[in-house]
Amino acid sequence: MPTVSVKRDLLFQALGKKYTDEEFDELCFEFGLELDEITSEKDIISREQGDVRAAGASDVVLYKIDVPANRYDLLCLEGLVRGLQVFKQKIEAPYYRRVGATDGKPQRFIITQETAVLRPHAVAAVLRNITFTQERYDSFIELQEKLHQNICRKRSLVAIGTHDLDTISGPFTYTAKAPDDICFKPLNQKEESTATELMRLYKNDSHLRHYLHIIEDEPHYPIIYDSNGVVLSMPPIINGDHSKISLKTKNVFIECTATDLTKAKIVLDMMVTMFSEYCAKPFTVEEVEVVCPDGSTCLYPDLAYRKELISGDTINQKVGIKESAESLARLLTRMCLKAEVTGKADEIEVEIPPTRSDVIHACDIMEDAAMAYGFNNIARTKPKTYTIANQLPLNKLSELLRLELAAAGFTEALTFALCSQEDIADKLGKKISDSRAVHISNPKTAEFQVARTTLLPGLLKTLAANRKLPLPLKLFEISDVVLKDDTTDVGARNNRRLCAVFYNKIPGFEVIHGLLDRVMQLLDVKPSRDQGYYIQAASDSIFFPGRCAEIISHGKSVGCLGVLHPDVINRFELTMPCSALDLDIEPFL
Amino acid sequence: MADAGLAESVLERLEKLDCGVDSQDVASVLSVDHQAIVGAVKSLQSLGELISAEQRSSKHWELTAEGKEIVEQGSHEARVFNAIPTEGLSQTDLMKLPSGKVGFSKAMSNKWIRLDKGHESGPRVFRMVESIEDTVQDKLVQVQKGLTGKLDEKEKNELKKRKLLSEVTVKSYWLTKGPSFSTTVTKQETDLTAEMIASGTWRDKKFKPYNFEALGVPPECGHLHPLMKVRTQFRQIFLEMGFTEMPTNNFIESSFWNFDSLFQPQQHPARDQHDTFFLSDPAVAKDFPMDYLERVKKVHSEGGYGSQGYKYDWKLEEAQKNLLRTHTTAVSARMLYKLAQQGKFTPVKYFSIDRVFRNETLDATHLAEFHQIEGVVADYGLTLGDLMGVLHQFFTKLGLKKWVEVGNSGVFRPEMLLPMGIPEGVSVIAWGLSLERPTMIKYGINNIRELVGHKVNLQMVYDSPICRLDS
Repeated sequence: MPTVSVKRDLLFQALGKKYTDEEFDELCFEFGLELDEITSEKDIISREQGDVRAAGASDVVLYKIDVPANRYDLLCLEGLVRGLQVFKQKIEAPYYRRVGATDGKPQRFIITQETAVLRPHAVAAVLRNITFTQERYDSFIELQEKLHQNICRKRSLVAIGTHDLDTISGPFTYTAKAPDDICFKPLNQKEESTATELMRLYKNDSHLRHYLHIIEDEPHYPIIYDSNGVVLSMPPIINGDHSKISLKTKNVFIECTATDLTKAKIVLDMMVTMFSEYCAKPFTVEEVEVVCPDGSTCLYPDLAYRKELISGDTINQKVGIKESAESLARLLTRMCLKAEVTGKADEIEVEIPPTRSDVIHACDIMEDAAMAYGFNNIARTKPKTYTIANQLPLNKLSELLRLELAAAGFTEALTFALCSQEDIADKLGKKISDSRAVHISNPKTAEFQVARTTLLPGLLKTLAANRKLPLPLKLFEISDVVLKDDTTDVGARNNRRLCAVFYNKIPGFEVIHGLLDRVMQLLDVKPSRDQGYYIQAASDSIFFPGRCAEIISHGKSVGCLGVLHPDVINRFELTMPCSALDLDIEPFL
Repeated sequence: MADAGLAESVLERLEKLDCGVDSQDVASVLSVDHQAIVGAVKSLQSLGELISAEQRSSKHWELTAEGKEIVEQGSHEARVFNAIPTEGLSQTDLMKLPSGKVGFSKAMSNKWIRLDKGHESGPRVFRMVESIEDTVQDKLVQVQKGLTGKLDEKEKNELKKRKLLSEVTVKSYWLTKGPSFSTTVTKQETDLTAEMIASGTWRDKKFKPYNFEALGVPPECGHLHPLMKVRTQFRQIFLEMGFTEMPTNNFIESSFWNFDSLFQPQQHPARDQHDTFFLSDPAVAKDFPMDYLERVKKVHSEGGYGSQGYKYDWKLEEAQKNLLRTHTTAVSARMLYKLAQQGKFTPVKYFSIDRVFRNETLDATHLAEFHQIEGVVADYGLTLGDLMGVLHQFFTKLGLKKWVEVGNSGVFRPEMLLPMGIPEGVSVIAWGLSLERPTMIKYGINNIRELVGHKVNLQMVYDSPICRLDS
């Protein structure tokens, strides 16, 4: 969930009403938001860097508001206020219009073939005769940043560039060039540099370095020029200094380059719907003609309105309420989804504005109706669904065995399913290549290299962490290990195992052997060569030579037991003899 | 018993009296140390209600060692006076006497003696009076006789200041006959034996009382892990509510089932390397139900089923990537798909509690793996009100309503259900929460590492109470 921070007084001024913190919290809840924190710049700096640093900072009250992940229309003060005002029925939702250029000739934005492999899409628009104030300007910059972090996926999907149109002249060309062939003065720098130098420079930039990887290894970088060869921007990294906007900027040229055209359109629509409010003709946006490499042209911004028909009955049924179609239409209109009854039965026509890109299905409309109705006003009902419960047989068996093992004097451990290669191989005197372990490709630390193939290392590590406790230590775990298995769709399967250890001054093979006998007794398997279980000598690097046995049940090997090899004991930082039992319980289902 | 004879003497003494007696008086009558009487009283008390003893404390004045010396030899000043002959004594010699220093200044202030500093043979001390009355000695004698009352407080304090008297607090017992008073003491048995039962001798014996203040011997037993105890309770709740357990014993999932089938777009942040553990071996999954996969691809990239879709280039390679499941909803998706394939739809209620994995930054409440609790209901005509109703029932069974905050809930999207073949009109409601969070709240554990993993202190496991979520 993105968090939007707005100045409280500015917010109340725009809403035309002062709220107490509690009242505003309540309003947020009704509107599907959450007032996460009430703070100030001073508070934030003081918390993060100490009181000294915070000394001169502003103590203007800030509201931090959690906004649902796909509500990009609520990521700035303008959008929040508009949404809340419509919700409170103080204003009607504005109608956003794309308009032609005054001289009839739209700005042209030409995409060349070179961009195809890298970042093939672009959209653009002009905000004409806009009036910035410091607050509006800050909000304009902040919205770009919020969009970059969320829908733009840290600029990888879409990157926004905003320019003072009066400093540049179209048509604009979006192309790609070798980094050494790109040279311009980037935003807020004094010197011209080549793209290669810039990438080096920004390696140490706390903000920009996170975006370098997007194009770093490409032979060509995306670049946008005006008709005089002035660089507008090198997306998705940095704009040119020449066209930067200021408080005095009257006409703003906005371009979005992207790997995902749908998202680029949404991002552009968000930018212009939010800030066209400050244009001489509010909520109008001047079109830009984007020319694709194949010569086809499109006009942007999209600002598409879509209509959905939905029956009042459907909404009532899905939500569990009984409202008239008219009432539902009123509720939806309050959520910026202008709705009217069509007159045909209980049919409602809903108009989805460009600001509500999150509404992609009738179910989203129903959710908004439910929210406007008030979740807390919906009567809680019991579903009539009649079903008979069943336990998963494997879990049922595990639960029953756990109780019996505890009754037999063993204490349950709970260890991690992920571990290091060393834990399941080297430390047990085995080779990782001989194991059936699944390997993780992106572990942040060695603790998460593989999924465990045996429960034993986890139990031995638990013993090591509890050496101070009185002996003997008797532990068990019944849980899953993961083994590669070609017969499944994912190439691996879980295996439910029972593992137990006995750690004392003496090895206690007879104790762990007795536990096996007890488990078999509980599973109703008799000691017998043919129709039951027996153990037979075996050898395994985990166990001390001559002190290891394989468990055979109904002719199949189902596990092993024995006294641990002193090398294994040492590698797990233990000091006493230890015996262990490892049993596959799946054959006993 | 240390001294049965003394205890019996105390009993005999008590028998002769109708009211009661102070243990100190018993000590003086029997001429034994008071502490010995106290011991005898305590052992008599342990025998049942033979006597009743009420503790009391009293104060009295006692002579110090120096005070006793004065009773025998007179006060220091008297001794100085008596040491001086008529011809006087040189001050140097006087000071050599044991009582010299103290006695000289006292005798001087009493005007019993005088000092001639200018005497030809050096400073010399002479008697000033013929005879003296040693009041200090007299007073101390009174105290020794037990007649302290004859001295007034000022006099007593004066003597106390001179460290000749001290005020002593004595703890003693006021002894009276108990309900089962007797003058004979029977030896007590420690415990009942098989022999006593066989012979019937237990009838005549007195048994030493148990110390009910002490703790018992802990039983030798194993213990269940607290997180697993809570898991058992959650399982129980679901079973009570008629939910069937899903087979979640598959930690490895394909991106297809973990994300794509749930209508999670391929660029979603959750599918980032920073959030999910992907596998290098086995890296990809195979054997997808291809017609279903095509429907999933279409709803993502083009929409359909009433949806606009996400309109992006859906890639099979992304869907094939194997990972450690990030939620058990991947299993719910498999189960719902399977349900849709069975032909005629039947309503279901499913649950699971099992491990899920996140490649997240670890802190006091987050580990790379945790247990997810999930409940799913699929039926025709389920409403949001039904979801809220089920959640209310579930959380009521947990006993704490605020636990709603630890979970998530919702209605599965049509873009997820319809491509599976779940009939239109069927709604699927679901909710999930972690097992660790409520367990930490229940057992008052602040750091998740103290609950899960090999580093936990087993003493915590040994000591953790049973889990009853509703109490």
